[in-house]
Amino acid sequence: MGISVEGANKRFGDFQALDDVSIEVPDGSLTALLGPSGSGKSTLLRAIAGLEDLDAGVVTINGEDATGKPAQKRGVGFVFQHYAAFKHMTVYDNVAFGLKIRKWDKRKTSQRVHELLELVQLDGLAGRFPSQLSGGQRQRMALARALAVQPQVLLLDEPFGALDAKVRKDLRTWLRRLHEEMHVTTIFVTHDQEEAMDVAGQLVVMNEGRVEQSGTADELYEHPANEFVMSFVGEVNQLGEHFVRPHDMEIVLDPDDRTQEGLVQRIVTLGFEVRVELVLSDGTEVWAQLTRAELQRLELREGQIAYLRPAQAKSFNGSSPSSHGASTPHGSHDGGDAEVPAAV
Amino acid sequence: MSANPASRWGLRVLGLGYLTMLLLIPLVMIFFKTFEEGIGPPIDAITSPDGLHALKLTLLMVAIAVPLNTIFGVACALLLVRHKSKANGVIDAIINLPFAVSPIVIGLSLFLLYGTDGWLGFLADNGIKILFSVPGMVLASIFVSLPFVVRETVPVLQEIGTDQELAASTLGANGWQTFWKITLPSIRWGVAYGVVLTTARVLGEFGAVTIVSGSISGQTQTLPLFVEKQYANFNSPGAYGAALVLALLALITLFAMNLLKRKEDA
Repeated sequence: MGISVEGANKRFGDFQALDDVSIEVPDGSLTALLGPSGSGKSTLLRAIAGLEDLDAGVVTINGEDATGKPAQKRGVGFVFQHYAAFKHMTVYDNVAFGLKIRKWDKRKTSQRVHELLELVQLDGLAGRFPSQLSGGQRQRMALARALAVQPQVLLLDEPFGALDAKVRKDLRTWLRRLHEEMHVTTIFVTHDQEEAMDVAGQLVVMNEGRVEQSGTADELYEHPANEFVMSFVGEVNQLGEHFVRPHDMEIVLDPDDRTQEGLVQRIVTLGFEVRVELVLSDGTEVWAQLTRAELQRLELREGQIAYLRPAQAKSFNGSSPSSHGASTPHGSHDGGDAEVPAAV
Repeated sequence: MSANPASRWGLRVLGLGYLTMLLLIPLVMIFFKTFEEGIGPPIDAITSPDGLHALKLTLLMVAIAVPLNTIFGVACALLLVRHKSKANGVIDAIINLPFAVSPIVIGLSLFLLYGTDGWLGFLADNGIKILFSVPGMVLASIFVSLPFVVRETVPVLQEIGTDQELAASTLGANGWQTFWKITLPSIRWGVAYGVVLTTARVLGEFGAVTIVSGSISGQTQTLPLFVEKQYANFNSPGAYGAALVLALLALITLFAMNLLKRKEDA
């Protein structure tokens, strides 16, 4: 059950949008497709909805092969980044559209539409036109419209991408709650890792038309399969072949055989968190994330020499015995951890 | 933009002066000339059997050519915008032909095609009369007014994009339902404007229709041809009267569209 895609391929001219992509989305889950623009995440979502034909591959929705089916018969609810509101229809008629196509009688339609408008907190605005709504209201209307026909799966393509930061955060919380209530299998596409981790239980990280890794937010953060995932799901410093998260950069004042010398260039205090920027002897620029208390204990000053001890570093070099290859999506959990040698 | 009042006034005077000299004064002149000898002569000319026949024939041209070009125009615009292919450039260029080619040339080409020596000349031999009769005039009218609906619809279709149509399909609408409930309502003002321009063009068509019709009074004479004949026969009030009727018909179409639009916006 749920959604599965197997061996999906799609080319647009010379551009390989999807390169042998397979994903499994468990029934009732809320899954994020995360990746930079051009990574193929939207193409994959549209292929699941039937809005894009695959060159090869199989799409299965709730156990049924949907590959050749037109969008109108797939039973999916789709929400577009730019709302795709029917501009010539009122909010009511927008939400009622799918029900009218299914020839519901007027009384039942009205009841269902008002239920949904209440759910998305637009019940007072049924008679408005989309042009009279804010971006956030339009997107909630689009969501109500998609949910009206009781879809088997809900697909959202960068649903908050066109909204400002405050509204985006509100809608995020709201979407998560809505999913907890409705339990409809949901996939949403985003390029914002924070948004993905905040909303979704499962994440699929995509890059250049391929799936790099899938798992929970914790799994991806703690045990990234490769350099791309590591740098995409969080901040990262590169020390030679090793990658270290800024909060794993320990700063000490006395050198030993595991430390590296660095010149403190800048100290930025961001409330509780402190950002210390250093330049290493080979010119590499790195930064460490400390707490206020740690900074005070060390009495660091800009322009002084300090010593870095990476507490946890990862290497994704295939030749190193303590690392795992990029092709292993759920790689062994501690395989990538390594101590960084003092000399780089 | 131009905060300078002098340049703003300069532009206004230039624009309005240009319109007045080239459009308004000649049209006002016709109005005065029509009633120079009283209301009788122009009314007589229009209500004469030939005049009434010309009016009816003109309306017939509109009634046939405008719906056909509207259907074709919308279908063609959909093809050009929604179904990209390499042939589209060629189709686009062909659609512009009636703009580029003089109506007289269009008339002549139809004349050659359907004439006794033409490729389709056998139609006349088998009793299907195209030239010097209504079918030929309809063909000429369709030819000259073909691009308007396409040209007005294409940019609107591009502007609305495909998201609304795709959303409709995910909600269960088939292609036909999507077209009637989503696409057509979204492009309606582009189409309506195209229809108005098409109507105006068909009403006023002279060159191509003259050639294929032979301009036979009471038989194959549309209003513009009637105007020209009256004028050539030194019946100026008749010519001006018929011309005024033509201008009124065009104005009525324009106002009808504006009225519909205002009703919708209210």
